[in-house]
Amino acid sequence: MVESMGRHVLSVRDLAVEFGGDRGTLRALDGVSLDLHAGRVLGVVGESGCGKSVTARAILGILDRAGKVTGGQVLLDPGTSSQQDLVALDPNSQTMRGVRGGRIGLIFQEPMTALSVHYTVGNQIVEAIRAHRELSKADARNRAIELLGEVGIPRPESRVDAYPFQLSGGLRQRVGIAMALAADPQILIADEPTTALDVTTQAQVLALLRRLQRDKGIALMLITHDMGVIAQMADDVAVMYLGRIAEFSPVRDLFARPRHPYTRALLRSVPSIRAEPRDRLATIGGTVPHPGARPSGCAFHPRCPEVIAGRCDQSAPRPVPPLEAGAACFLNEGAA
Amino acid sequence: MLIYLARRLVLAAITCIAISILTFIIIRLPPGDFVDAYIANLASNGSVVSADQAQAMRREYGLDQPVIIQYGMWMSRVVVGDFGVSMMWRRPVTEVIGDRLWLTMAVSFSALFLTWTIALPIGIYSAVRQYSLGDYAATLLGFIGLAIPNFLLALILMYLGFRYLGLSVGGLFSPEFSQAPWSMAKAWDLAKHVPLPACVLALAGTAHQIRIMRANLLDELRRPYVVTARAKGISELHTVLKYPVRAALNPFASSIAYLFPYLVSGSIIVSLVLGLPTVGPLLLQALVAQDMFLAGTIVLLLGIMTVIGTLVSDLLLMWIEPRIRLQGRA
Repeated sequence: MVESMGRHVLSVRDLAVEFGGDRGTLRALDGVSLDLHAGRVLGVVGESGCGKSVTARAILGILDRAGKVTGGQVLLDPGTSSQQDLVALDPNSQTMRGVRGGRIGLIFQEPMTALSVHYTVGNQIVEAIRAHRELSKADARNRAIELLGEVGIPRPESRVDAYPFQLSGGLRQRVGIAMALAADPQILIADEPTTALDVTTQAQVLALLRRLQRDKGIALMLITHDMGVIAQMADDVAVMYLGRIAEFSPVRDLFARPRHPYTRALLRSVPSIRAEPRDRLATIGGTVPHPGARPSGCAFHPRCPEVIAGRCDQSAPRPVPPLEAGAACFLNEGAA
Repeated sequence: MLIYLARRLVLAAITCIAISILTFIIIRLPPGDFVDAYIANLASNGSVVSADQAQAMRREYGLDQPVIIQYGMWMSRVVVGDFGVSMMWRRPVTEVIGDRLWLTMAVSFSALFLTWTIALPIGIYSAVRQYSLGDYAATLLGFIGLAIPNFLLALILMYLGFRYLGLSVGGLFSPEFSQAPWSMAKAWDLAKHVPLPACVLALAGTAHQIRIMRANLLDELRRPYVVTARAKGISELHTVLKYPVRAALNPFASSIAYLFPYLVSGSIIVSLVLGLPTVGPLLLQALVAQDMFLAGTIVLLLGIMTVIGTLVSDLLLMWIEPRIRLQGRA
């Protein structure tokens, strides 16, 4: 990688996840490798159903009951003496619970439904604090007020006793961020944190995330389908398609020299300010295939404008090697 | 919140009045009156009542007056606590009902308590371990419970209790206590007799509530806030009990109101089979005999209980559901 990097805090290797259902098993993740570094933002981008959220949940060991990690590793503190493979841990074990929230915080997509309406925000944050810190209730409450102030909520000392339904969407998402930060995790996973918010609020929440991430040197994994958010926030980008990494590269390269035809297609479908009136927005032909009906060879080949007949539909391209920029595409292999 | 409460109280009062009017009308609906039924009953025994005697009886009970006047006379006495005289028993209604009301409540609330203490944990288990062996077992037992008629179970339990345990089954008291005045010994005797009818009455309700709890909780377990709680690193048990179970309890709080009359009316056959001194069989007899003051009073009491139950469940809902409590202040 070109730029110097912070400490390597999380390393996902060849992660595979399957969902068992009534109609057979679905492979939701098929050999995903990702790396998180302190102080850097990894953007994970892709269409719905590509496995972004599943990756986040698999890392934290909170997949739905039907989901199962069938292979790969999730290494916390890789290469150090305290290295730990989270996949090998029992999801309900004390150690794994300490990792959840304590080492890795999760920020949610839907600030409406991700908080329980039955408890005050203070109660829900205090719970997150006390799950990882030996603090008295009063101390934890003070810490919760401090956190609410830190995420830019006005009058935190009275808002701590508010119920989520008394707050606006933007404030709720800030509460979600405060909750994820409750135990000072070094890693944050934000799963579409701004999708449910209006544009102004979205910008504010992203700015807040960026500031907190820089100040605290957090390794942030930002999941989104919005290339605009990626451009604004990410240092490195992983483009996912049907449970695999299609391309991994530093953010500048991704926009300047996209390597994978899928990345190029995604970038073309971003509305541009330079477009002429009444120009049609480019779309990617076809739809994302159902994971149960994964196309042979390269999974993108039926929708790919640059498909090589007799090659892309026959065999799968090599996956992107970890920690290297590249694309899983024959065009790219030929060039290399 | 006080306004909310006041509004509920006023509504409750209006509902009670409406119930009393309806009660009266419904009881007057069948052709004939108590005297007709009384005469027919005597005639079947071979006695004859003269027209003069019948007229005198009608006058005595005010049956010769128009319905509205009858209702007015009845209500004017009811509001001061005099429910009139049971024509069938020839004693004041309060005396006839007497302890039966409290005994009914004792049996019903025991059944309710039993229903919930059994149904809630099993329902939670069934939902959390959906499609497990335990879930299937609970489901099977639940459906059997729904399918067996109460009184049949009562008969079976009576037989088993008598045959193998030599228990004096039936009734709520041992013979030596049934007429005795209240004492600690009598209360203890009652406590020993309540479990059997309570179990019988709780059976169908339990099966039903297990299904409701399971369905509610399955719904709630899929919500994003459950994932949030898990991601905080708190234990699975704590997560489930604090968040989704709390949310799944709402329908239970709102069902308290109609559970009580359901238990009372559902208990009539069981009470007859087990010989329980509750109001259920009394209501049945009063209706057959067209003893309108007795029947009217019982139905009115049940109605009022329902109204009180509704009020209680409203308060409970306010307590467990902040969105209701904070209405208008959000």
